[in-house]
Amino acid sequence: MTTTPYSWKHKDLCALADHSAEELLTILHTATAFKGVGERNLKKVPALRGKTLVNFFIEPSTRTRISFELAAMRLSADVVNISASASSLEKGETLLDTARNLEALRADLIVIRHKSAGSARFLADRLNASVINAGDGAHEHPTQGLLDAFTIREKLGRIEGVKVAIVGDILFSRVARSNIQLLTKLGAEVTLVGPPTLVPSSFSSLGVRISHSIDEVLEQSDVINLLRIQHERQRKEYFPGVGEYTARFGLTRKRAQRLKEECLIMHPGPMNRGVEIDSDVADGRGSVILDQVTNGLAVRMAVLYLCSGGAPLSKPDANS
Amino acid sequence: MIDPANGVDEVRDLFVTDGIIVEEKPGHAEVIDASGKVVTPGLIDIHVHFREPGQSHKETIATGSRCAAAGGFTTVVCMPNTSPVADSTATIAWIQERAAATACVNVFCTGAITRGLGGEEMAPIGALAAAGVVALTDDGRCVQNHGVMRRAVEYAKQFGLPLMDHCQEATLSADGVMNEGEWSTRLGLPGWPSLAEDLIVSRNILLAEETGHPIHCQHISSARSVRLLREARRRGVPITAEACPHHISLTDEGLKTFDSNFKVNPPLRTPADIDEIIAGIADGTITILASDHAPHAPYEKEVELDQAPFGMLGLETELAVFLEILLHQRKALSLPEIIALLTINPAKLLRLDRGTLSTGAPADITILDPGHAWTYDKNDSASLSRNSPFHGMSLRGRALVTIVGGKTVWDLESGFRS
Repeated sequence: MTTTPYSWKHKDLCALADHSAEELLTILHTATAFKGVGERNLKKVPALRGKTLVNFFIEPSTRTRISFELAAMRLSADVVNISASASSLEKGETLLDTARNLEALRADLIVIRHKSAGSARFLADRLNASVINAGDGAHEHPTQGLLDAFTIREKLGRIEGVKVAIVGDILFSRVARSNIQLLTKLGAEVTLVGPPTLVPSSFSSLGVRISHSIDEVLEQSDVINLLRIQHERQRKEYFPGVGEYTARFGLTRKRAQRLKEECLIMHPGPMNRGVEIDSDVADGRGSVILDQVTNGLAVRMAVLYLCSGGAPLSKPDANS
Repeated sequence: MIDPANGVDEVRDLFVTDGIIVEEKPGHAEVIDASGKVVTPGLIDIHVHFREPGQSHKETIATGSRCAAAGGFTTVVCMPNTSPVADSTATIAWIQERAAATACVNVFCTGAITRGLGGEEMAPIGALAAAGVVALTDDGRCVQNHGVMRRAVEYAKQFGLPLMDHCQEATLSADGVMNEGEWSTRLGLPGWPSLAEDLIVSRNILLAEETGHPIHCQHISSARSVRLLREARRRGVPITAEACPHHISLTDEGLKTFDSNFKVNPPLRTPADIDEIIAGIADGTITILASDHAPHAPYEKEVELDQAPFGMLGLETELAVFLEILLHQRKALSLPEIIALLTINPAKLLRLDRGTLSTGAPADITILDPGHAWTYDKNDSASLSRNSPFHGMSLRGRALVTIVGGKTVWDLESGFRS
């Protein structure tokens, strides 16, 4: 491993919008180095030995929490998990007070998931501990954006010029926002796809194209990223139902046949098989959905390591 | 001396005896030398929240009135969203007594349109009128039911009481916390679209036209609302509107660091909205300037942005922001024109016997320096709260002396007199 010319001088990772292309590439390069650790028999390095990480998940999550937990363990950190029901937030304590208590217990890193946009930034500005955003409302999910970009780069060898279609509930999606930030900074061509209520025209100010027809983007896309569609109570005024959504925007088997042979099919999970994606397609050729999960570990190791003050790493990398 | 009500803009003396402006120079008098400065009628702000009764940890009538004095305001009009709501003569009497005992400026009350600001049952409007409220408003809680609003306007007409409305259609603003647009898209925050204001402004124009009774649209934030108002006023509809300092100086981009001091209702909008509001002020569509001074305690604002209360301090920076933007930066209005929007215009709307330096008027006087350069520090505020987005901002224009009923209550050099 050699030190790269890239740099990372931040204690927090709250939003990919806050960082330059160089800084984001630093994370991706460092993740490449850490990916090797996960493939070894002994899946552990001492980089964060003696550090304490708190997984502070005020909104439910399984995949992301476990991924952060495993990433921290592979870096030899001590890990504590807190859920909303186990915290004093239920007793009326403010988010800031709860976080200050965690800091008083000498937590070095706080990984937070919260339903309010800006909550990670809110804590990062007020705590000495490192704050890592694991999803704040509809704002950002930086490590998901990073692991998606990492996977694209790993599979296609580049990000610049790659045509990425992100399909679904863009308006309420933090995954979409982090993907848009990172992919546009690294030169990808991003198209957002969904009904006008879920992909309002205001997104065009973010340097992306908008389409209200999945059929328009199938042939030219190098990557198609399908977001989970939910039709809970608060979404009922945005689209009529899951059936109509699938008919107009679902990646059905028939539609999948029109994709380029090498097109990557991505999904941040959890999937609704038969809604935004046909079951066969999710398991078929081009699907990198489980690679995303594996790469999430390497990306999170890199983020925890860099935000703890680690020097950027990279393996000799033909794609860099 | 500038007295827009009398068309005065000249160098001259002003005499006061027993709290009243008089014609003749009194025998033995205290002399205030205001040469090189501007003497105006005491400034009037018809939109403040002083939080008493019920929320005195945010502000009190005493501390709020000190903010007013330090900002050059001699008269304020309080909104009724206190606890209890100012929807009864008992609460109005309590506020009036409290103001008489503790306020260093004139404090007038508004009464609620509906009981408990609930938007359903009419408040005791006749009794409130008799108790001395100067207007009716459910500020902060726009009356959604058009039938209720229509009846309230019709009923209030017999007392000559204008209605003031916070224009926000609730199904469109929904859970919005900031302007719906590019920045809400970037930040993933729920949007509060201009459309929600425009719809109620339209409703109010129609109701004012239908009833022939004045409705005043509070804190206009949207360009299209300005255009709707302009068109209606040309037709002679008895509709008026006010603009606030933050809606002509700050945009929704201010929320990009999720700073809750920039969270206000209606929300900060776009540069295009600012341009249209300023055009509306300049062409007489918007005839009143006000602060919407809305204190909140630090611990209430120091929470996740979507959970923080709406509102910001305003009285101490109001004059400076208006002068900085309207006079110095945009050169949109002359100083006498701006002073009219802060004195005689609000006085006329609410039928206050103030806002002029006419002989016989109460001696409410502000001495100001429109070019005074200073930097606002919220830690020097007279407020109990600190929620100002103007902290650290360099501004031009400031009150130097505030005189209420012939008595100096504050001056820049020595501060408050009591």
